[in-house]
Amino acid sequence: MAVTSETLAQVKSVTEDGYKHGFVTDIEMERTAKGLSEDTVRFISARKNEPEWLLEWRLKAYRHWLTMPEPQWAKVSFPPIDYQDSYYFAAPKSDSDKPKSLDEVDPKLLETYAKLGIPLLEQEMLAGVAVDAVFDSVSVATTYKKKLGEMGIIFCSFSEAVQEHPELVRQYLGSVVPYADNKHATLNSAVFTDGSFVYIPKGVRCPMELSTYFRINAENTGQFERTLIIADAGSYVSYLEGCTAPQRDEHQLHAAVVELIALDDAEIKYSTVQNWYPGDEEGRGGIYNFVTKRGACRGRNSKIAWTQVETGSAITWKYPSCLLIGDNSVGEFYSVAITANRQQADTGTKMIHIGRNTTSTIISKGIAAGRADQTYRGQVKIMASAEGARNFTQCDSLLIGDQCGAHTVPYIETHNPTARVEHEATTSRISDDQLFYCMQRGLSAEEAVSVIVNGFCKEVMRTLPMEFAVEAQKLIGISLEGSVG
Amino acid sequence: MPLLEINGLHATVDGKPILNGIDLVIEAGEVHAIMGPNGSGKSTLAYVLAGREGYEVTAGEIRYDGKDLLEMAADERARAGLFLAFQYPVEIPGVAGTTFLKAALNAIRGHRGESPLDAMQFLKFVREKAGALNITDDMLRRSLNVGFSGGEKKRNEALQMAVLEPKMAILDETDSGLDIDALKLVASGVNALRAPDRSLLVITHYQRLLDYIVPDYVHILADGRIVRSGDKLLAVELEEKGYGAFVGAKAA
Ligand SMILES: Nc1ncnc2c1ncn2[C@@H]1O[C@H](COP(=O)(O)OP(=O)(O)OP(=O)(O)O)[C@@H](O)[C@H]1O
Ligand SMILES: [Mg+2]
Repeated sequence: MAVTSETLAQVKSVTEDGYKHGFVTDIEMERTAKGLSEDTVRFISARKNEPEWLLEWRLKAYRHWLTMPEPQWAKVSFPPIDYQDSYYFAAPKSDSDKPKSLDEVDPKLLETYAKLGIPLLEQEMLAGVAVDAVFDSVSVATTYKKKLGEMGIIFCSFSEAVQEHPELVRQYLGSVVPYADNKHATLNSAVFTDGSFVYIPKGVRCPMELSTYFRINAENTGQFERTLIIADAGSYVSYLEGCTAPQRDEHQLHAAVVELIALDDAEIKYSTVQNWYPGDEEGRGGIYNFVTKRGACRGRNSKIAWTQVETGSAITWKYPSCLLIGDNSVGEFYSVAITANRQQADTGTKMIHIGRNTTSTIISKGIAAGRADQTYRGQVKIMASAEGARNFTQCDSLLIGDQCGAHTVPYIETHNPTARVEHEATTSRISDDQLFYCMQRGLSAEEAVSVIVNGFCKEVMRTLPMEFAVEAQKLIGISLEGSVG
Repeated sequence: MPLLEINGLHATVDGKPILNGIDLVIEAGEVHAIMGPNGSGKSTLAYVLAGREGYEVTAGEIRYDGKDLLEMAADERARAGLFLAFQYPVEIPGVAGTTFLKAALNAIRGHRGESPLDAMQFLKFVREKAGALNITDDMLRRSLNVGFSGGEKKRNEALQMAVLEPKMAILDETDSGLDIDALKLVASGVNALRAPDRSLLVITHYQRLLDYIVPDYVHILADGRIVRSGDKLLAVELEEKGYGAFVGAKAA
């Protein structure tokens, strides 16, 4: 049976009614002065006790960043970002003596998680999820590490990986998203503060969903996560990323980078539920979410699947992509993007077919309500070497009301005549008939919209791990509240 | 106090008068049938009762269960026990019949102050009702009404009614499109719902349905008015004479 609300009792939902994450925890922050310069980069690197090569890499990125123009091609608009008006590093005060277990975690933090409905303490028991919780750039709690460690799995904060596994970090960092890739990714390369690191050894099937709850705190703090996941030959891992943010007045820049590497016969499943503060009805105060996510299927028969449910942020700019290098490798992209009020989203994927008999599937479901605007931008590129490559793309848009917009922009480029590329697209509206039918059965207008939209997204929702799907389903309802009637 | 009382109801759709003065009183426990030619306003009456937008009441009043029905939103009416089996049930892609029905049932239970059913309790309850209507698990799992045959859609409406246990059920041509066996199943489902505190308004074109669901009263609707009311024999008479004998006649 499809995911239904009864599992909610098992997995505490992140939100109740409306956006209730509008609070700021008053944990003391230690941070850099406002602004961005080489000194900022050096400060961050020194603060994290990084090796010389990493500092050099950051500086290279910073110097390159200065020369780069802002990307202009996306269909989003916002005032120019004042990079000098942000803080680039904030760490909870207790950073120096990091907690060894949850008992040692600042109770204030735990309280924050409780408010968010992320019961870290119960999490292990309830959902069997190991949580590497990132609170404002620095990991404060890692569970299940021991059990994973026994299998040779490394799951830790990025800073920890730099200290404990520098050779792996050095080998793979920037190997999928080079430091000069795009303005946002380059900025991240210069000033990233923390994130997650995963390594799954040869032939190991990770026995649990690895999960990180990202949370932005502290006003005016840019957030630059760095995630690196390596699945060695024949291994498997499913990784979950989710986040919430407290309400605030100023736009907040978030420029994360995620790099995935799958070697021979390895599989990585990466799922995201994103519900950052989207701003008020006029779009004030929301998060700018400029993320670079890319996976490389380096090995033969390797597979990378991205699933994302995007409901938050004022502006989303995000294209999880796959480089299908190994022969027979598989890339998948399942996406639900919801924009309401003044939200803008320009999202999609890129599937670059390089190896022989590589296949990719793209299922994108876009929902726009209010005066929101969204664009699906998908690129399928078949290189000359990709003999027998296949792609299937399906893009469906659902409009609620008549002031919103949805646009589909497929780019297809084929350099090999044996390739098969299929593209299907539909646009529909929630009809008055459907709304009335649901309401005649006792559902409120909002419940009706939630039911209809969840049905529309079903193909994507069923690719999410159970505990995430429940949360996502609820979020969909919440994010569309007030969009009818 | 009647469960439903309609007085001098006039309604327009897109500015066009469709209902031109309807009076109808339904006591708790009664079954009323409405018959009438195509386009006479039967579905319009059903929609006005259910609170569909775009159906504007220009005069008259409706009291339901002691309340002013026209003051209530469509979903409030539904939660207060007013149910409409649609003449043309609506398709909702991707939403399993069970998911939909569970959301509806729990919304209504919540209104009645009852606790929501969990998945297991709900499934057991629905399967029982579905079995009686010859509705398979496969049909319950499929997207609501999507690709259902005409008869399957109607049986599905009957199932929803059986599960939601309304106080006042309006069946808009639920018999149309049903084969003989399904008609009997649906009729016995409807009869099972008959209770002293529950009323039915059955819209139909066929006297045959009324052999199974025996009405207390039959009304003939023409040009947005009830032109004749009687007992079940009126339906038999109508079957013999056709509408010609009634249309244009004064209300009896
Ligand atoms: N949106 C609309 N605009 C104009 N006229 C409408 C509209 N909706 C319904 N009507 C008209 O109202 C009249 C009554 O329609 P209604 O559906 O109530 O008839 P009915 O008695 O249920 O007919 P049937 O037996 O065919 O189901 C019809 O003439 C129909 O064309
Ligand atoms: Mg009709």
